Amino acid sequence: MERSSNILKRLDWITILIYLFLVIFGLINIYAAVYNEQYSSIFDGSQRYGKQLLWIAIAFVLIIIVLIIDGRVYEVLAYPIYLGTILLLIAVLLFGKEVNGARSWFEFGSIRFQPAEFTKLATALAIARLMSVHDYKINRINDLAKVGLLIIIPVSLIILQNDTGSALVYAAFLVVLYREGLSPWYLILIMLFGVLFILSLVTDLFNVFIALPILALIIFHLIYQNIKLTLIGLGIFIFACLLLVLNHYFLHFKGEYVLAVGIIFSLIVLAYPAYVKRIKHYGMISFILIGAMAFTFSVEYFFNHVLEIHQRTRINVVLGLESDPLGVEYNVRQSKIAIGSGEFTGKGFLQGTQTKFQFVPEQDTDFIFCTVGEEYGFIGTFIVLGLFAALILRIIAIAERQRSKMNRIYGYGVASILFFHVAVNVGMTMGLAPVIGIPLPFFSYGGSSLWAFTLLLFILLKLDTTRMDKF
Amino acid sequence: MENIYSNRRLFISGFFILVIFIYILRLFFLQIIDSSYKLSAENNVFRHIVQYPSRGLIFDRHGKLMVYNQSVFDVVIVPNEMKAFDTLLFCKIVDIDKLELINKLKEAKKFSTYKPSIIIQLLDFKRYSLLQESLYKFQGFFTQARTIRTYDKPLAASLLGYIGEVDDKAIKENPYYRIGDYIGISGIEKSYEEVLRGKKGVKIFMVDVHNRIKGSFKEGKFDSVAIVGSNLTTSIDLKLQEYGESLMKNFKGSVVAIEPSTGEILALVTSPTYDPNLLVGQQRAKNYRILQLDKNKPLFDRAIGAMYPPGSTFKLVDALIALQEGVITPQTVLPCNGGFRVGSFFQACHGHGGAVDFTRAISGSCNAYFSQVFMRILNDSKYDSIGLAYANWRKHLMDFGIGRKLNTDLSHELKGILYTKDRWDKIFGNSRWRPLRLVSMAIGQGELGITPLQLANVSAAIANRGYYYIPHIVKAINQKDSIDKRFYIKQKLNINQEYFEPVIEGMEMVVKAGTATVAFLPQIAICGKTGTAENPHGEDHSIFIAFAPRDNPKIAIAVFVENAGFGSTVAAPIASLMIEKYLTDSISRPYLEERIFNTKLKYE
Repeated sequence: MERSSNILKRLDWITILIYLFLVIFGLINIYAAVYNEQYSSIFDGSQRYGKQLLWIAIAFVLIIIVLIIDGRVYEVLAYPIYLGTILLLIAVLLFGKEVNGARSWFEFGSIRFQPAEFTKLATALAIARLMSVHDYKINRINDLAKVGLLIIIPVSLIILQNDTGSALVYAAFLVVLYREGLSPWYLILIMLFGVLFILSLVTDLFNVFIALPILALIIFHLIYQNIKLTLIGLGIFIFACLLLVLNHYFLHFKGEYVLAVGIIFSLIVLAYPAYVKRIKHYGMISFILIGAMAFTFSVEYFFNHVLEIHQRTRINVVLGLESDPLGVEYNVRQSKIAIGSGEFTGKGFLQGTQTKFQFVPEQDTDFIFCTVGEEYGFIGTFIVLGLFAALILRIIAIAERQRSKMNRIYGYGVASILFFHVAVNVGMTMGLAPVIGIPLPFFSYGGSSLWAFTLLLFILLKLDTTRMDKF
Repeated sequence: MENIYSNRRLFISGFFILVIFIYILRLFFLQIIDSSYKLSAENNVFRHIVQYPSRGLIFDRHGKLMVYNQSVFDVVIVPNEMKAFDTLLFCKIVDIDKLELINKLKEAKKFSTYKPSIIIQLLDFKRYSLLQESLYKFQGFFTQARTIRTYDKPLAASLLGYIGEVDDKAIKENPYYRIGDYIGISGIEKSYEEVLRGKKGVKIFMVDVHNRIKGSFKEGKFDSVAIVGSNLTTSIDLKLQEYGESLMKNFKGSVVAIEPSTGEILALVTSPTYDPNLLVGQQRAKNYRILQLDKNKPLFDRAIGAMYPPGSTFKLVDALIALQEGVITPQTVLPCNGGFRVGSFFQACHGHGGAVDFTRAISGSCNAYFSQVFMRILNDSKYDSIGLAYANWRKHLMDFGIGRKLNTDLSHELKGILYTKDRWDKIFGNSRWRPLRLVSMAIGQGELGITPLQLANVSAAIANRGYYYIPHIVKAINQKDSIDKRFYIKQKLNINQEYFEPVIEGMEMVVKAGTATVAFLPQIAICGKTGTAENPHGEDHSIFIAFAPRDNPKIAIAVFVENAGFGSTVAAPIASLMIEKYLTDSISRPYLEERIFNTKLKYE
């Protein structure tokens, strides 16, 4: 077969051009971020830009290897690769080196290596492999549990490494599951719990407990349009509130406990008419209501009694409940200043004062986007974000044109992971997302993340070249 | 391969695009609409470091240096650059107690760990050199130079004035000043502040996150250079000033000497005085308090700030006005019966009797003669009323610079006392003016107050036969005659030149054969007039006014010595000695000098 010439023709060059632009522009920005007059050569291996250049070279070698290897091996090797990276995660927990409080690095001499970066790739492959099986039904609880397990294992291990940011990335796979038919109710449920989580920290438990049954009643009413039942429910709820007033004057239990008792009581009372009227989802709504209350309560308890003060502070700062001008808030503020001061056209290459004088910490890694904002202005940030959007949409297009289900699912995995990284990383430099310290794909300094993203992308491109091959 | 969920592709893509669109919108606001971030970035990185110009030097009229700047050194610490060091050695070099050093380091750390704090102020050059040699042993310590005012000789303190940190008021009034700047507070330092201070410059540096200077902004394109303050040449003759201060050492009072042909002040002595070096640098506040509490008031500049009745020296002015108004002639002879008597009013006179002519009235300082002259001035029939005659007389006095500010270049100049007609109108009420109520002014007592500077100016005006230049202390700025125009304008009296000769004749006789023969010098024709200001609180003040030589006068002088009695006792000798010193640069009468040096008055 004249495969080698074919593969070049079949490769998606738009994606590759965007990739090349991002990698090279990233290198230029790393150069600016750590620029040092003494070592101004970009080839200087003692500086981070020199090293990044080496990482890029290695990434190119990896690309060639990926393109040479037969695309079919991934179907066969998906699980072994997954298993291998999980073992690496365990190994790093035991033998890894702690950097910035996270035990997520292997160290070989002067080279550090972060296995968690590759687990994303392996998980994407494994999920694709699992879900492409012929009789896989995502909304079947067994099958959902299987894919859940694939995700939860690396997440737990990474949380154990104390690298919550990297663990959160796995939430991106929800998009993949959604594309493959996951009921939107699950997503709504997850969102509900997310909102509850924040609410339980932002306001009093009591307020949440008052709001939840009202919300439940409204949903109940919207679904069944049964005035009588709704009114009964409301009556019982008001009765529970009266209990609350009595309690306030005579018993002095905590208000939220009385409310909880009142709500459970009213659910039990309502259960009979609901059963008589054969109302289908009554159990479900009750269950979610109680679950939500229990969840809120436990979050509150966990937050106030289990977490250390500094952990609490950090969460509060992210939620904007507490001010910490010299900690996380400082980073974000300086980062916003850097981006904002770039104005329309930016200050020019190496002219960024925020960048040059190290006002923004971690500027070559997590906060690399500030350099773009400061030195190239709105034009620069617009182009970079636009290219990322184009890249992600292109990947979705590639995924959709796959005949193989596995390839498509994998493609969505790639798009989702990239999107999550871009959204959170860029969002945190502007103060729109919490600072959880994940790299900007292809841009941030670091070999592991560059290689992992390169492999992630080029495996998809390789699979794409084989989409026309006959099975 | 189609799939029932493939429409979800649109939803997912839409969601991705929406998020990125929101981000771009946010960036648009952050980078283009909101300009505050640009400012924040500049605040982060730019440090405007003010370049202080050195203050102008002050010279005497012969170019002798009076005030200059001396470099002193502050020791500064940046705590986070500090490493363990030999405290004992350090303390020995800079002469500081170890405990004090530890406390100061603590304070500095509390202030900031990366910003410099001063821990030792005003190190002298010797200790500075020692420290500089071994500074490498003391990491984190730096020295920075500053200048302080230094006075070559402890002279002319209140005339030179002093500088100090600006207060809030000055900062509000003039945006040039910033907290910590120095400004002239009194004397020449104040009145010539704008000339002496020069112009501050600014250097714009860029600093990194640790406040370390990383270089100048755009190679200093936006920097401005500090412009050094201009040097002042004063009109002071330092030798004469020094001699005057030494003569006045035992007394309270003042001596002012003026060059009549220019109005330049040759000496401006106030006593007691202080060493101007006391009011510089670190000890300024402490010493200032001590001087302020001193009951002899050394900070008080009597030459321009003290008022005395002019006493008999005032008779010269009266004589000139009377001649001009035509109420007497140089030939007028008036009776003196040991005093001036009108009804029950009696003003005693000195021991000369009978008829007194004009010259003898001056040389003998006849009270009766001048009382009658003054009555003639007031009762002049040219004027419709006594009040108007008074107003005219007052106008003549104002021409002499009496009763008003001379508008010199000295700060805190006093006006003196000279009642207006209106004021007397009020005092007399509806009743007629009673000239006898005013007659004590004829002999320089009563409602009159004059500063030594004003009296010296009167002397200069007489010496010039009818005009004067506004007295001033600065002769040239940066060696150019660029002082204010007003100092070059002849101030003319409204008195004809011919009337001066008889008065000056009388003044020469004062010294040759009158009340002040003690001031006589054979080789120099000194013209003078004694005065004794009655002092209700104690011994009378001794006053002498003089100029010399009679023709083409080079110096006009006024001397006030508090509580020294008659004008001839102390004031006249001092004036005479100073004239001799100035004109001949020698002293021919060491016995007289000795007498002054040894006279000690009792001041309570």
